[in-house]
Amino acid sequence: MKHKTFFWFILPTLSAMVLFIAFPIVSVVIQSLHVEHEQVLITVQNCGPFGCEDTVTVDQEATEALREAAPLGQFNGLGTYTNRAHLAFAELGEAWNTTETWGEFWTRVMSLPFYAALAFTLTFTFVVTPFVLVLGLAIAVGVNNLPKIYKGPTIFLSLLPMMVPPVVGSLIILWMVDAEGIIGATIQNIFNDPSLSVRASAPLMWIMLIVYGIWSSIPFSFIVFYAGLQTVPEDTMEAAQIDGATKWERMRYVVVPHLMPLVVFITLIQLMDNFRVFEPIVSFQAGAFAQSLSTIIFNDLRASGNPLYGSAGATSILTILGVVILLSPVLVQTYRDFTRKSTH
Amino acid sequence: MNVKTLALSAAMVGLMAPAAYAQSCGPEGQSVRILANDFPAIQAVVGAAEEACASSASEFVRNHTNESRNIMNAALTPDPAEYTGVVVANATLTQLMNDGLLRPLNDLVAEYGENIPSNLQISIGGDVMAIAFMANSQHLYVRTDVLEEAGVSDIPTTYGELIAAAEAIREAGIMEHPIVINAQVGWNLAELFNTVYMAHGGQFFEPGSAVPSINSEAGVATLETMAALAEFANPDYLSQASNETQATWEAGQAALGLMWGSRGNALLDDEGSTADITGSTVLAAAPVVEGVGIPGATLWWDGFTIAANVPDEEAEASFAALATALNPEMVMANNDDAVWLLEGFEPGPAAAGVAATAQAGARPYPMVPQMGLLHTALGNELSDFMQGTESAEQALADVEAAYTTAATEQGFLE
Repeated sequence: MKHKTFFWFILPTLSAMVLFIAFPIVSVVIQSLHVEHEQVLITVQNCGPFGCEDTVTVDQEATEALREAAPLGQFNGLGTYTNRAHLAFAELGEAWNTTETWGEFWTRVMSLPFYAALAFTLTFTFVVTPFVLVLGLAIAVGVNNLPKIYKGPTIFLSLLPMMVPPVVGSLIILWMVDAEGIIGATIQNIFNDPSLSVRASAPLMWIMLIVYGIWSSIPFSFIVFYAGLQTVPEDTMEAAQIDGATKWERMRYVVVPHLMPLVVFITLIQLMDNFRVFEPIVSFQAGAFAQSLSTIIFNDLRASGNPLYGSAGATSILTILGVVILLSPVLVQTYRDFTRKSTH
Repeated sequence: MNVKTLALSAAMVGLMAPAAYAQSCGPEGQSVRILANDFPAIQAVVGAAEEACASSASEFVRNHTNESRNIMNAALTPDPAEYTGVVVANATLTQLMNDGLLRPLNDLVAEYGENIPSNLQISIGGDVMAIAFMANSQHLYVRTDVLEEAGVSDIPTTYGELIAAAEAIREAGIMEHPIVINAQVGWNLAELFNTVYMAHGGQFFEPGSAVPSINSEAGVATLETMAALAEFANPDYLSQASNETQATWEAGQAALGLMWGSRGNALLDDEGSTADITGSTVLAAAPVVEGVGIPGATLWWDGFTIAANVPDEEAEASFAALATALNPEMVMANNDDAVWLLEGFEPGPAAAGVAATAQAGARPYPMVPQMGLLHTALGNELSDFMQGTESAEQALADVEAAYTTAATEQGFLE
């Protein structure tokens, strides 16, 4: 394709990307560099049904004047990125200087919201992704070897977790693990401990969220691998069989290499998706035990009524950076493969 | 009609006559658009306004949604605003006032507010900013039959007695987790702290400033009380709020509850529970701390406000319509839906807890602009302490640090 033709071909997509992806990100970056104006507080008498008292209130006129003078707010540079709610450099330094053991230091770091969220997000991402790949492939191979008559219903059943909306799926599981629910009560019976509750224990809650994450993502990798299995060249498989390769060896040396592009594709999508884990934490009401980068953005925007745009912006940018870092090894690998192939 | 009923209805008319509820709906042909929370009492008020004044308005729009708190600032910011009036509570009033989105109501009260007593006019620095019509607060719910069975004769009045009663119930083998608390991580956990902190006589901020002052003796004592309560609560308490605690109570799995007054009617009605449970449920004042004497509750009011960014005629018509709704007929028709602050209210059993709590001297929820930020910080940072992984002092220091970060970003602190 000529460069000029390609340019006109790509132009609509490119403009949409600039408009809907690049501009918003730029505006979020700008927002994250600013904080709000000083709120001029005055003490006034506040009277209501429960009596009068002196309280502070915002002096609207004075604050309005400040707002008009600089509509974006006060420039704060990277201050929001380094404050306690984000990278918390000062708090990290203090924790380092004041704690004696690694354990104490770790406890202090984990009480900083950003690092606590990052710890769960990374754990979730790195546990769920490999399980989804391996189990998805195993189910796909299993279904592929089924007699034809069972294939349809099995595929339908295997796709169920993906068809159930995430919020509904996680709510159903939440009711099951509740102390009164079928799984929760069974666990209590097995261990004979009435205070054992998935909803009251951090490790159990993490396991629950990770199991949910795997359960809800497997159908995606299953269906992609199943499609891929239909394209495995039969003559190669037969040749391998004639050469005396066992089932396992055929899987290892023929099927998996053939499916490698799909493995890369699923890994990319899963890393991205899992790094943005959100719905299960909200619907499991797991806020006490697990936060993710997405839930702290959500909290910044909703919790206090007057949203913390700067803080949410900074966390968003840090999340984007996180995704880029996570994906870079896979992307570099893909790029190398691509350049190697194109030189042939 | 016999003489007796005639006399009764004459007395009723006589009672209402002095008020002479003016049915003025303000200027004709205006657009009235109300945003409000979604529960029966609020629907009753806005519904009464619609009934009385929809015919004289060009349109009467009502949006009742649980999301109102999250959309109100955005909805009132444009000029003209999406809504002409918003029903708010203590906390959401400051949320709107922080952004300068409400208009002072002094002249409207002068013209249409002859029935609105001055104590329902929320005035801040001399400007009336909202008109309150109902009250709510946390208080104690007690199952007297369970207490009796456990050998506890009096309804607990202090946290000490409350915990002792829970202990007695557990030891008698009646229930393992007799206490229910709304301690879901986030808003509810923070509100639980607020109520217990009030009872300990705590001060949220240094007077006249936005500097936090919760990392104090009262703060530590508050967390210790909360931990003692949690000891007797369902292990899942960090994910339980009103819906869950109400269900636990109605299922007969609790005997002592720190819950909202607005759930009173739902807990006492004949739906969702058995007569044994509802029959022995008593609503009492929120507990106090021995030697301090302030009930562990935050008093709340709900009331209406008028948007700043709307034409004066629309503001006038909206105020007149909502003011018209605050009449004794509306209150009588919806008596048990709320603890009304209005004429005509006959406090029933469902209101007993809030009334007792208010009479015992409970304090209102702090109405200062930076309170929302402290509330959020409490909700996010206290769960480590409740799970036992952090000391009380450290948890409070974390709360202050989280609050300071947010308050600096919002311009309340340098």
